[in-house]
Amino acid sequence: MWEKLLTIFIASMLINNFVFARYLGLCIFFGVTKKMETAVGMSFTFTAVMMIGAALSWLIYNYVMIPFQLGFLKIVIFIGVVAAFVQAADTIMKKVTPALYYKLGIYLALIVTNCIILAVPLINAEEHYSLFESLALALGSGLGFSLALIIMASIREKLELADVPKSFQGLPISFVLTGLIALAFLGFSGMITL
Amino acid sequence: MFEQITQTLLAALSHLLYASLNKLVPLAGVGGSVEAMETVPPQIVVNGLIFLGLLGVVFGIALAIVASKFVVKVDPKVEQVRETLPGANCGACGFAGCMGYAEAVVGNPDVAPNLCAPGKAPVANKIAQITGKAAAAVEPKIARVFCQGGRSRSQRKFLYTGVMDCTAAVLAAGGDKSCEFGCLGYATCMRACPFDAITMSGDSLPVISKEKCTACGKCVAACPKQVIELAQMSKSVVISCHSRDKGVDVKKKCQVGCIACGMCVRTCPVDAIKIDNNLARIDHGKCITCGLCVKKCPTNAIHDYLAPRLRAFIDPAKCAGIDVCAKVCPVNAISGDLRAVHAVDQGKCIGCGMCEARCPKKAITLVQASTAPEKPAAKEMVSA
Repeated sequence: MWEKLLTIFIASMLINNFVFARYLGLCIFFGVTKKMETAVGMSFTFTAVMMIGAALSWLIYNYVMIPFQLGFLKIVIFIGVVAAFVQAADTIMKKVTPALYYKLGIYLALIVTNCIILAVPLINAEEHYSLFESLALALGSGLGFSLALIIMASIREKLELADVPKSFQGLPISFVLTGLIALAFLGFSGMITL
Repeated sequence: MFEQITQTLLAALSHLLYASLNKLVPLAGVGGSVEAMETVPPQIVVNGLIFLGLLGVVFGIALAIVASKFVVKVDPKVEQVRETLPGANCGACGFAGCMGYAEAVVGNPDVAPNLCAPGKAPVANKIAQITGKAAAAVEPKIARVFCQGGRSRSQRKFLYTGVMDCTAAVLAAGGDKSCEFGCLGYATCMRACPFDAITMSGDSLPVISKEKCTACGKCVAACPKQVIELAQMSKSVVISCHSRDKGVDVKKKCQVGCIACGMCVRTCPVDAIKIDNNLARIDHGKCITCGLCVKKCPTNAIHDYLAPRLRAFIDPAKCAGIDVCAKVCPVNAISGDLRAVHAVDQGKCIGCGMCEARCPKKAITLVQASTAPEKPAAKEMVSA
């Protein structure tokens, strides 16, 4: 069992990295990687929301949707669950830990519309993962996304000083860079064979 | 009664769905976990509707409870203050952005209402009104560049071809400029300015726009050579040099550096200039911005931002001949007998404004040199 959990974890973090291998969540990826500080804040918030969102979706999927044969409503339900949960977390955090809210609160609203947050419960449902396997996938994806954000942020902070041709400045050169890092991440494929 | 109605309604609904779905909707491969089937049992559709409805109701109620239980009361004043603030989030007030300052100024009685540098006096007054605090006057400030040695007027130690940024250039033996106190000219301050107030001149020196600069201090923090300082806007005469090299060395490196010759010290009518560490500095508390030192400086290291200078003009109708103006004038431009109307020699006047400030009758005004009404003044003199 541990072996499978570890496999899922490593695979979702490196081999099937959501940004560099599946090209998901790019809007947030390019939005918050201008500065290291925002990238790190986003990483923490994202991983936490991903774990809780995946657990909630797993419970609802396995105990309500499967018995009632409602699997085809996955996309709608999962979006609703994550949105409601994030909204509630936003309100509670504001009251309970204002300091944390001011540090990370702004990222919560961004996360609701993120596609990785939706993709993880969908993969969990598709693969019929157990609760722990779902959590492993969520943690792996969250850390993988954090890794991508931090790599990109550190490069883009250096990029500020580089002499980039005018037509490539800003987003275009960032896309070029992402492509190059994605190529590097291809090196992970085949690392684990089942 | 109620149950009966719901039961009949449900039955009717499911019948309707059954009838319509069976005929109209192609049902193979709905997707997800519904296996490809010829028909979808209406039970699933009804379940789905009930489930989604319930989910919506549950989430709605849960969010309502959370919202009411964890409500955070926001002082409406905070919102008012935040709307008043410029919203540039420059951090010149010392708080984390405009929202941080708004909360601090409303919540903490010790936080002054005039800390917003970009907002200047109007914003300070409004915040004071909202928070009920006493509004102290905001002395308008501006960022000043303490270097005039552009590329054409200063020497370079070596050819720098690295990253075009001062913070990067300074890593290479302190930058390529011979003078280690001067501006490197790679525009780090220009990029740091959130208000686009800095442009680079053709001679690679930053030029600060008087209208756009809000004295937020971002450029001061960004400059690795500490060439930029915040200064009072009204103190327009500035020794634009930071070099503490000896005069001989300054001469070799730069044409417009301060060589600490002491001319300005001797010229200053109010003893506001002192030489310290081979560099003349103006004590802005004493300085009257008369501009005499600007003319005397042999290397033109002193810059007068108040150009073109104005000229003093005495309104003969108001002048009571008290002679105060003649006494304060640092260049003896005002003459006239006691208890007679005085006149300003426009050729001598340097527009320092000292007489204007001193005249108890408010008879003196500063006007543009070109439009100074000299002729009418002369006529009045004759008639008087």
